[in-house]
Amino acid sequence: MKHFAELYTALDSTTKTSAKVAAMEAYFRQAPASDAAWATYFLRGEKLRSPFPSRLLRQWAAEAAGIPAWLFAECYESVGDLAETAALLVPEAETESSSLPLTEWVEQRLIPLRKLPEAEQRETILRSWQKLNASERFVWNKLITGGFRVGVSEGLVLRALAAATEVPESVLAHRLSGAWKPTPEAWAALISQETADAAVSQPYPFFLSHPLEGAAEQLGNVADWLVERKWDGIRAQVIRRKGEVHIWSRGGEQITDRFPEVLSEAWRLPNGTVLDGEILGWNDGRVLPFADLQQRIARRKPGKAILAKVPARLMAFDLLEADGVDLRARPLSERRAILETLPVNLSPRLPALTWDDVAALRASSRELGTEGVMLKRLQSPYGVGRQRGDWWKSKIEPYSVDAVLINAQRGHGRRASLYTAYTFGVWDGDKLVPFAKAYSGLTDVEIRAADSFIRRNTVERFGPVCAVTPELVFEIAFEGIQRSPRHKSGIAVRFPRMARWRTDKKAADADTIETVKALLRT
Amino acid sequence: MPLLELRPAGLYCPPGDFYIDPWKGVDRAIITHGHADHARGGSNSYLCCSDSVAILQTRLGPQASIQGVAYGETVHFSGVNVTLFPAGHIFGAAQVKVESGGYSWVVSGDYKVEPDATCAAFQPVRCHSFVTEATFALPIYRWRPSAEVFSQVNDWWRSNAAEKRASVLYAYSLGKAQRLLSGVDAEIGPIYTHTAVERINEVYRQAGVLLPQTTQALDSDAASYAGSLIVAPPGVEGSTWLRRFGDCSTAIASGWMQVRGQRRRRAVDRGFTLSDHADWPGLLSAIRETGAETIWVTHGSIEPLVRWLNENGWDAKGLATQFTSDEAEAAE
Repeated sequence: MKHFAELYTALDSTTKTSAKVAAMEAYFRQAPASDAAWATYFLRGEKLRSPFPSRLLRQWAAEAAGIPAWLFAECYESVGDLAETAALLVPEAETESSSLPLTEWVEQRLIPLRKLPEAEQRETILRSWQKLNASERFVWNKLITGGFRVGVSEGLVLRALAAATEVPESVLAHRLSGAWKPTPEAWAALISQETADAAVSQPYPFFLSHPLEGAAEQLGNVADWLVERKWDGIRAQVIRRKGEVHIWSRGGEQITDRFPEVLSEAWRLPNGTVLDGEILGWNDGRVLPFADLQQRIARRKPGKAILAKVPARLMAFDLLEADGVDLRARPLSERRAILETLPVNLSPRLPALTWDDVAALRASSRELGTEGVMLKRLQSPYGVGRQRGDWWKSKIEPYSVDAVLINAQRGHGRRASLYTAYTFGVWDGDKLVPFAKAYSGLTDVEIRAADSFIRRNTVERFGPVCAVTPELVFEIAFEGIQRSPRHKSGIAVRFPRMARWRTDKKAADADTIETVKALLRT
Repeated sequence: MPLLELRPAGLYCPPGDFYIDPWKGVDRAIITHGHADHARGGSNSYLCCSDSVAILQTRLGPQASIQGVAYGETVHFSGVNVTLFPAGHIFGAAQVKVESGGYSWVVSGDYKVEPDATCAAFQPVRCHSFVTEATFALPIYRWRPSAEVFSQVNDWWRSNAAEKRASVLYAYSLGKAQRLLSGVDAEIGPIYTHTAVERINEVYRQAGVLLPQTTQALDSDAASYAGSLIVAPPGVEGSTWLRRFGDCSTAIASGWMQVRGQRRRRAVDRGFTLSDHADWPGLLSAIRETGAETIWVTHGSIEPLVRWLNENGWDAKGLATQFTSDEAEAAE
């Protein structure tokens, strides 16, 4: 645990990517295979399910610290992170640090915890805190609570792994995609210099688009580009190899069983085929709102009712493998030509002779339930990750509404102790009805100003939530809008964020619920 | 007539007719220490610890009428006895004991109980009622011994020096900067300071506080700062003043650095947890040692400390003062 906690501290105490990569590389070079495997697992953002509810961790930490529950809650409010609060509160350790390897902590202590009765869980946790120094305790608590995040991107982890093992990044990415198990064997396979090993189930790393800023004209000749709808669903790869079918989400999760419709369509594909596309809720020849599809994401085995309500399909837009041959280096035009011969729901190629045509297509996005258009260079290979130049997304302008700040709550992590989570209201007669919550969009300076306003203008508190004098007006931008009986305002919006602080407007100038509801029809 | 009460201008003693750390101009002000939120201008006369006079004069200007008294010396204001005791916060910081007719109050000002080479140690004073600060009044705030923090600072400086990089350390210019200077290992390299820090260094040195040699960072050639330590107030963070140091590592020393979110919010490479305020155990031990039954709690985490004290047998209440509690940005 010592080395892993030191790695964490090193990553946490620098903002320089070169220093982060160097710290990870150094760790991978010295770590035994089993520790390196677990470190890779955690650094890539994988989590173990927490063995007990977080309220127990609060309770035990308060007990160990000898403080009442309310005082623990106050501390948590200030810190904004449960694992850290517990680490700061429990008494100093008996030992300097723990020489036991990370694997020991995870496999011998953390994983078995799940099966223990509560009293023994408590015993184990209290004992573990005494064996770890302050920074180790924090990392350990993060692992227990399943909240371990280090703020290094997948790309940086790959760069460090490649530097430490001399296996090319793309090979590592390929081997790591999918359900990678953190075992010494998997580590050995990961760093093996023998690179012809694509397992049957493994997807390719996804190629991601960049948002297009400015006019599309800058991309040159429109004839060089494939124009498609930008579908709002779940990006997925469908793999049909050697008599098997696997479906992977972009998050690296195998979602094969969640979409039986997509699965049965995939059986019709020839062996050795890998499709890239978007899983959508689809009914009556039309894409369903993302919010509907969302109800299916969490269900591992969807029931009949939900299957009937939100039928899903894969909208295929790229072909990464055909006849078992990796096509990614071939131009998109060739890949697309083969894709068009397969039994798939093809994301249509939109007819555009001029950039004005593209603009018109883009403008029709909303009525079709799409987010905008995609522009893909016909000559481009299928890349890895988010690279500029070949795949662009051009999203339609978001909706926007002027709303009044009515409630605030403190943030987490970097924003701990500042009021950064806001609820906004719009006018319903002479009352403000809550219509959206937003957390992002303000600059640090604006956050401080809003925080100070909230502290000075709190009129009432409900637990952690402060009701404030309705005075500040913000332009709230959002992507989608839907009726929702669960919300007081009767509507739910997607991706709300603060587009602008309207210091030029007074609360009375904010929009009304009628204006907002009118957007439902656009 | 109460011995102390809160008025719009601050904490007031009606029988003695004086204020303690008022935030508006008054006739007679007793000042606990020289930080800007405690020592404000506009009053007709000031009384403070004699060690604080030079600092106050720098802050309030040469026209201010300031009288100094030694720690432990008692002055009388119409039957009210006023005595100052060391608060351990910064050089010259005092607790104010106000006593009349056998009843006594102590107003702590800002204080810490941990030893500090640059000022007299906090002295517990028995009293009936105690006014305490609460900047870090949550049990998450438990300071490591300062020697340990200084060695972290030294390690950071040494590793930067090995890479020929300058180390810029942000610390409040009055108190924290000098405490750091007296604690770091001056053998590692040359030490430079921002003008605001250097001005206070002079005051400290003249009063006999031992500080290592420092030079004002006036040179604009980055090469001359390679391997050096630069101590500057947090206000210069992100300013053009920093450009002269070229490629440098930055750090901040403050009690708030105990919390990771606070560390990450500041765009600095390192955060050292070093405070001139009492931590949670420090506050509780100070309160216990006064023997006071009534506790008034000012600035910081007022509500939690008040509730904790009331649940544990004290008679406590919160006081809405205008002292700030953001150690890193405002006064420390």
